[in-house]
Amino acid sequence: MTVIEGNNISFTEKLKGTSLPIQQEDLATALETLAVTSMPTTRVEAWKYTRLTKIGKVNFTNEEVAVNSIDNYRICASEITLVFVNGHYSEVLSSRQLPEGVNVELISKSTHQLEKTSVKLEGEIFNATNTAFLNDGVIIRIAANAVIEQPIQMVHILKGDHVISNFKTIIHAEKFSKAEIVQGFFTDEGTSNFCNSISEINVAENAHLTINKIQYESEESFHISTEEVQQATDSNFKINTFTLNGGLVRNNLHINVNGKNCESHLNGAYLLKNKQHVDNHSVVDHKVPNCESHELYKGVIDENATAVFNGKVYVRPDAQKINAFQSNANVLLSDNATIYSKPELEIYADDVKCSHGSTTGQLDEEAVFYLRARGLSEKSARQLVVSAFIGEVIEKVENEEVVTFINKKLKERFDWNI
Amino acid sequence: MIEIIDLHASVEGKEILKGLTLTVNPGEVHAIMGPNGAGKSTLASVLAGREEFEVTQGSVTFEVKDLLEMETEDRAREGVFLAFQYPVEIPGVSNVNFLKTAINEIREHKGEDPISAKDFMAMVREKSALVELDSKLASRSVNEGFSGGEKKRNEIFQMAMLNPKLSILDETDSGLDIDALRIVANGVNKLKTPNNATIIITHYQRLLDYIVPDFVHVLYNGKIVKTGPKELALELEEKGYDWIKEELAL
Ligand SMILES: Nc1ncnc2c1ncn2[C@@H]1O[C@H](COP(=O)(O)OP(=O)(O)O)[C@@H](O)[C@H]1O
Ligand SMILES: [Mg+2]
Repeated sequence: MTVIEGNNISFTEKLKGTSLPIQQEDLATALETLAVTSMPTTRVEAWKYTRLTKIGKVNFTNEEVAVNSIDNYRICASEITLVFVNGHYSEVLSSRQLPEGVNVELISKSTHQLEKTSVKLEGEIFNATNTAFLNDGVIIRIAANAVIEQPIQMVHILKGDHVISNFKTIIHAEKFSKAEIVQGFFTDEGTSNFCNSISEINVAENAHLTINKIQYESEESFHISTEEVQQATDSNFKINTFTLNGGLVRNNLHINVNGKNCESHLNGAYLLKNKQHVDNHSVVDHKVPNCESHELYKGVIDENATAVFNGKVYVRPDAQKINAFQSNANVLLSDNATIYSKPELEIYADDVKCSHGSTTGQLDEEAVFYLRARGLSEKSARQLVVSAFIGEVIEKVENEEVVTFINKKLKERFDWNI
Repeated sequence: MIEIIDLHASVEGKEILKGLTLTVNPGEVHAIMGPNGAGKSTLASVLAGREEFEVTQGSVTFEVKDLLEMETEDRAREGVFLAFQYPVEIPGVSNVNFLKTAINEIREHKGEDPISAKDFMAMVREKSALVELDSKLASRSVNEGFSGGEKKRNEIFQMAMLNPKLSILDETDSGLDIDALRIVANGVNKLKTPNNATIIITHYQRLLDYIVPDFVHVLYNGKIVKTGPKELALELEEKGYDWIKEELAL
């Protein structure tokens, strides 16, 4: 039992401190942060529209448990499939037929100390929690020049009431490598469980890395993930985030474009109903010249759900010749649905091409009427128009198996029939 | 086939149709002409079931059923087709995919089995040829980036695919050049059988040279004020609508 004194939070009280080989300095900072930091309120700018009270009230535990099968959670049939239940590696459910050029190491089996973390710990209660109570993690290394045909699949499953998974993914895409990571997040059973995940991603010179991330936890689950990405010269990074279910979801995506001539692609789609709350915060930080970034997030929000989009693009003073495009479009399907959309561009260079836009509207009723006048039921007509709207994001996914999985889950969740 | 009796309809509290009566029998082609704002599109919208239009009086019987009681999609499934004056663009929804869904939902409504992929594709080929619609266009997003003429041809293509009993063509001819007009008219004529009927709403007599109507009606101020043979269209073209006003002392 780790006893933390001096703060007002109790959600980590029942957790055991990590025994993994984390840098002493990081651990100290994390513990210090937890000792002095309170659960952020909506007065804190970064959490203005996302209320964390519910998370603060749960006394989380962590248990290593088994699930029987990943049939419902397998996104693609890759031979590199790593399954984690409550943040613990499941040997039986995983498949580790690693091709040449891929190295996978569990932090719990690692003999080295982890490198110092690239995520901010001071004042960041969830990053600090992740560090201080880390269950396990994985270090994936794509060797220089390796082109990995099969996607590397990571399946994260939550099981049990009040369970928290503190998990870390470290990815090194080395020079001139090319790989795809597929990540799925699911709830097997239980309520008030919490996936608190950090990914530290390094995309080296001329490397190409794609992440397809699918979130399908239950409406009673919490999910906070942070991706801290470093891009070196001539690299290409693409992340597609699909939030198809989940109670309270927050994605922090932070891309540091450190090298010239990089491409960054950030696409996201979220479809919400009931009382779901999904918050996408992204930062693209153009620190050097001659790069481009493309960001497209689209959301469909129904019933009493709330979505938040906050996308920042920085273009630093010396970062000339930057093309940065950002767009967020939302459709509200009910009078009680809410979107807070805030695209932000901060440009300190003069020779740049940047644009951002945010639109929010209702479903195109003229289109729905047109389709009904051809004999489609109202339900089918609405489904077609909604799926066409989201389709623009799904089209960004090159992996057909991922697309099929997304469509299957959409049918399941929204009772789509065509 | 359809019997419209004393139909009154309002939009936003304003009465547009003010007692319209019209009967169309199988095998017939009716032209409805009239000045701008007379209520022609309103009639089409009411028949298709557009919700903004409130029927305050009168009845519409389609075959033996009360059309006004039906949802828009059920009207379509029973065989009412509206070619829109302004077809909407629906980005991301494939023309042929949605038609396949529509056809299958109509079949289901009638208790029939879904169409096979092969039969469907054959039908797409045949019907798109009928209106000389490029089969590439047929499979693109609904009307997205189509020219005005292509949109109108697409309407007739959809009509051909759905094989309705009653087609209402709302200004399908406006904006078409003479070649496109011929193609559209030709398509409509080929689809004509003794069992189906067509209501052609138009501004111009021109279309009626190609699709010969059995009756021409003048819709004015929410009512049909005059009905005549096809020659009436020529007279309207020549003299405008003012003489009718005078003749009928409207
Ligand atoms: N959605 C609507 N809202 C308000 N007024 C409408 C609407 N649609 C039509 N109108 C009005 O109804 C009248 C008839 O219009 P319409 O039926 O389109 O005429 P037509 O097709 O004969 O030119 C016009 O005065 C028009 O302004
Ligand atoms: Mg009109």
